[in-house]
Order: sequence, then C-alpha cells, then structure tokens
Amino acid sequence: MGRAASSLARQATAFMTWIDKRLPVTEFWNAHLAKYYAPKNFNFWYYMGSLALLMLVIQIVTGILLTMHYKPSAAEAFASVEYIMRDVDWGWLIRYMHSTGASFFFIFVYLHMFRSILYGSHRKPRELLWVFGMVIYLLLMAEAFFGYVLPWGQMSYWGAQVIINLFGAIPKIGEPLTEWIRGDFYISDATLNRFFALYVIAVPIALLGLVVLHLAALHQTGSNNPDGIEIKETKGEDGIPLDGIPFHSYYTVKDIFGVAIFLIVFAFVIFFWPEAGGLFLEHDNFVPANPLVTPEHIKPVWYFTPYYAILKAVPDKLFGVVLMGLSVMVLFFLPWLDRSPVKSIRYKGAWYKILVFTFTIAFVRLGMLGMAEGTPAQTIEMRIWTFVYFSFFILLFFLSKGGKTKPVPERVTH
Amino acid sequence: MKLLPRKSFLAGLVFILASSSLFAAGETHLEPSGANIKDVAALQRGARVFVNYCLSCHSAAYMRYNRLSEDLDLSEEVVMENLVFADAKIGETMRVSMTAEDSERWFGKTPPDLSVRGRSRGPDWLFAYLRSFYQDSSGQWNNLILPNASMPHILWELQGIQTPVYADHSDDESALIEIDHLELTTPGLMTPEEYDSTVRDLATFLDYMGEPAKLKRKQIGVWVILFLVVFAFLAYLLKAEYWRDVH
Repeated sequence: MGRAASSLARQATAFMTWIDKRLPVTEFWNAHLAKYYAPKNFNFWYYMGSLALLMLVIQIVTGILLTMHYKPSAAEAFASVEYIMRDVDWGWLIRYMHSTGASFFFIFVYLHMFRSILYGSHRKPRELLWVFGMVIYLLLMAEAFFGYVLPWGQMSYWGAQVIINLFGAIPKIGEPLTEWIRGDFYISDATLNRFFALYVIAVPIALLGLVVLHLAALHQTGSNNPDGIEIKETKGEDGIPLDGIPFHSYYTVKDIFGVAIFLIVFAFVIFFWPEAGGLFLEHDNFVPANPLVTPEHIKPVWYFTPYYAILKAVPDKLFGVVLMGLSVMVLFFLPWLDRSPVKSIRYKGAWYKILVFTFTIAFVRLGMLGMAEGTPAQTIEMRIWTFVYFSFFILLFFLSKGGKTKPVPERVTH
Repeated sequence: MKLLPRKSFLAGLVFILASSSLFAAGETHLEPSGANIKDVAALQRGARVFVNYCLSCHSAAYMRYNRLSEDLDLSEEVVMENLVFADAKIGETMRVSMTAEDSERWFGKTPPDLSVRGRSRGPDWLFAYLRSFYQDSSGQWNNLILPNASMPHILWELQGIQTPVYADHSDDESALIEIDHLELTTPGLMTPEEYDSTVRDLATFLDYMGEPAKLKRKQIGVWVILFLVVFAFLAYLLKAEYWRDVH
C-alpha cells in the first residue's frame, strides 16, 4: 500500500512538473496563497473583503440562473419575475439570494471601506489599491441601479426616472443626454433592454477585471493590518516577515469560519425576512411599473440613500447633482487627504476618533433621511449632516498633518 | 479614548437609530388583521370568497389553480368544482373574462391584478380597506383607507351599508369636514363579527397568494440554519486547530 501511495505521489509530482513547465500554476498558487504572507493580527474587519468576493460569486451564479427565466421586456419583465417566484422550482430561493445578496454586497463593501478609514489601509503605498476599490464601488452602484430596474415594478420604473433625470440637470446637453441614455423619450422597453445588456455583460466584465487589479495591487504591497505598520519591514533570516503567516491555510480556514457565520445571517434573511421590512425589497416594487401613476414616495434602495439625501438637501437641482457627485468622488482622494504620519486609528489622537465618529453618524443618518418623506425639519437635518459629511474631508486634510499621534510599535499587537 | 471607536460607536449608532421616527412618519396606523397564512381552513374560506366576489373583475394572472390544490390541501377535483368558474383548466392561471377595454369603460380604470397585491399592501391594509367602505350622502361608495377608490363595495350585501359620522368641529370654528368613524346603518347578511372574519380570511388568502413560497420557506429555513450552525461550529474547530501555533 505504501508503495502504491508513493507511486501515486510521484505521478502527481510528475504531472505538476509537466503543467508548471507550460503554465506557472504552482508559482501562482505560492505567490498568492501558500506563500503570500499576511499579517497575523487581522480582526473582524478583515472578513469583509473575502465576504464581498463571496457575494460577487453568489450574485453571478444566481444571476445566471435567473437570466434563464427572466424576460427583459417591458411587457413581460414583471410577469417573468413572478413566474420565477411561483412556477420555477426553487426560483423564489434563487431570487431571494440575488435580491438579498445585492444588499449584503453593499453592507460588506461599506464595512470594507470603513475598515480602510479605521486602519489607514488606503495610505501610501496602497493608494492604487484604494482607487481600484473605489472604481469597483462605482461599478457596483451602476450594477445595482441597472439590476433594480429589471423587475419592472413601480420603484424600478420611477427610481430609474429620477436617476436618469439627474443627467437632465446638466446645462445644454442635459435633455438630449437623458434621451440618449433611455433610448426613448421616456423610460420604456428600449431602456429596459439596454440596461439588461449592461447589467449582464458590460458591468460584470468590468467588475471582474477590476477585482483582479484590486487583488494584484494588494498582493504587490501586501496587506495592511489594524496596527497600520508594514510587516515587510521586519523580516526573519529566511526573508519571511516575522509577523506574517501564509494566507493559505491560515486565512483560508479563518475565512471559511467567517463565511459560515455570514451564511447563517444570510439564510435568516432569505428564509424569514426577505423583504427586510421594505429595505431590501420595497413594497411598492410589487406593483407593476405604470408610467401614468407616480408613486407617492419615490426613494432609492438603502445603499444609495446617503447620497440621495445630499441631493435632496440642496434646493438647486444642478448644484444638488454636483454635490452628490462630489460626495462620492471625494472618497477617491482619501489616501492624499489623510496626511498623518501614522496610519491606524489606534495610534492617532482623539481628533481622528472624533472625526471618524461624526462622519459615520453623518453617513448613517443621511442614509436614514434619504428614505424619509422629506418634511421641512428633515430637510434642515439633511443639510446639517451634509455639512458634517464634507467637513470630515476638509478637517482631515488640515488636522491630519500636525494631529497628535502615539508611538507606533515595531511589531504587530494582538 | 481607547474605548471610543468601539463602544461609543455602537452607542451612538443605537442612539440615532432609536431617536428616529422616520420610518413611521406619514403612515396611517393600521389595526393588526390577525391574518395567519398557516391556517389552511382560513385560506380555503378566503379562496372561496376570492373566486366568488373578486375574481369576476380582478384577475390573479400569476396564480395557478393547481397551486391552490397543492397548497390548500384540496384535491384537483374539489378545486375544479368549487373554485374554477371560468372556462379554465386546472393548470391555468386565474384570469377574468372581462376585457380591459370593457372594465375601463365601466369603472374608469381596469381593476388591478391581485396576484401580488397582498405583498405590496400587506394583509393589515387589505383587512382595513375591506372594512372601511361607506356610502356618502349622495349614495356613492367611498373608502376611508383609500379615498375615492374606483371600486364599489362588492361585499355590501354581506356587511350592510356603513355611513360616516362626522367629527364635531363646531367649537373650534374650523371648516374642516372630517369623518370620525363609520356607522353600520343598514345591516347586512352577516353580523359585524362574521363579516370581519370573512374579510380576514380574504386578506389571509391574498397574503398567501402574494407569495405562495412563504408557506414553506420558513420550514426549510429552520433546517438550513441548523445545518449552517453545525457547519460554523466545525469551521471554528478547524480554524482553532490551524491557528494553534500562531502567537
């Protein structure tokens, strides 16, 4: 038996040698998994990246299955979704995985970005990593918007109407631009069809490409960690960072545990709370799209509402659109706005903690106000939090350079 | 300050979430209907009311008759005899014979399809809506929950006729005419309790029809979550074993 096993092992080695001469599989495996050294002090926040990647996979797989029954036509779209929910075996499960998955994708991306703000993961030398991440975030927003139009309910229709009309605020070219986007004078079958094309082909391809770039940039610099120090600066005699552990198997098994915990929450929402009280699936979207009836209260899904609140906070439409665009775009510059000599919040003074705290409150509160009906009192509150939101970036730029810091340890702490 | 990012973050978030009444703003408070889709008898009674009173004008174009037989513990023969009045086969969906043009001419608009209405409105709203029809002084039907609804009170024979009692605003001199409550002035075939029970059954049925999968998804969910809990436990043991040498 021993001889048979060793003969099998020899054959396997010979096979891998044959492959490696032709395709660097082992080299790739080592460079990115088995001999990619990640800091050993990752905490809760470091699950978010792998979970976001898992969401991408879930969305693609469930999306392919849904596409087998979905009909991208204004006359049939709503009915085809109901057909999936009722007549397709396990169709409801696939659909709920997809609709719930969209929200969880955003939850993980937001927490992943927040992690960067906490530990300075976007700071030098990881600026490009952050920029790729931001482009992924923008593409994800586009994807979520297109995807939300597909069920062709009232919110799909009127949400698309509101968003596309934002382009109409651009002077001179605004009107023709909206027509060009819609492919018609109003949101119609033509709009749905082109959104479907972008949704199932164009954006996913771009997303996948950027995820590859995001990971390539990450593996070039190596991962940051909660202490915000470079583990590559303290290497052992073997050239391996002293605080590094191989991503595989340490972090692969750890991430499996993270995935298991997440799947419990995911399953809970899918099986017991798929609408999430109207947050993940809006009640009005169970009414078929009707161009003649405007819903009482049009609002985007929760992951867009912070920006929507900034838009609504401004009385002038064009300025509102500009400010909303700016509120997303300013995030691109975070690596250069933070000029503190220290990366992690752990070794920055109270100034940073207060800044991040108020920024978080502003973002969450804007998100809540963006879903609300918009009473005058709420409008005033939206303006206050919009001001707080932008103040974060300005204050960060001016306070970070001379802001108080604490001594940073040479090695990571647990 | 060490505690700030963790505990006060949570405390702050909880505070702003708790201090908010944003989601409740502007929504009329509805009495709970008590609809329970697990009550098969209620679903069967509700289905009967639906085909007898609603289905003449409202379609349920995504709902198949044989799904009723599966989910409501009825044989296909019973469904065909008791629930299918149109010239339909058991595998077909619940359609109406009235054309959209006709109904638009008669009612001002085509009565909406009711397949998913239980989801967009919810059983509590439907229950309240079906109890809130009244006849105004000119003899027109109206509804407290959905003012100026195009739908006449189809169930008036059962419920009887309600008329509005107006709130007395004579002392505050406001010209506001406001309905305080409705009063049953002409009794129907049913007592108010029987009528409530009937429309509760109907709301239950519409709730079920909005998402037939709801009947079984929760049962499946329990097993899925139990499996995942075991899986998470094993994954934790695996992780702990692998990480024993990391200090």
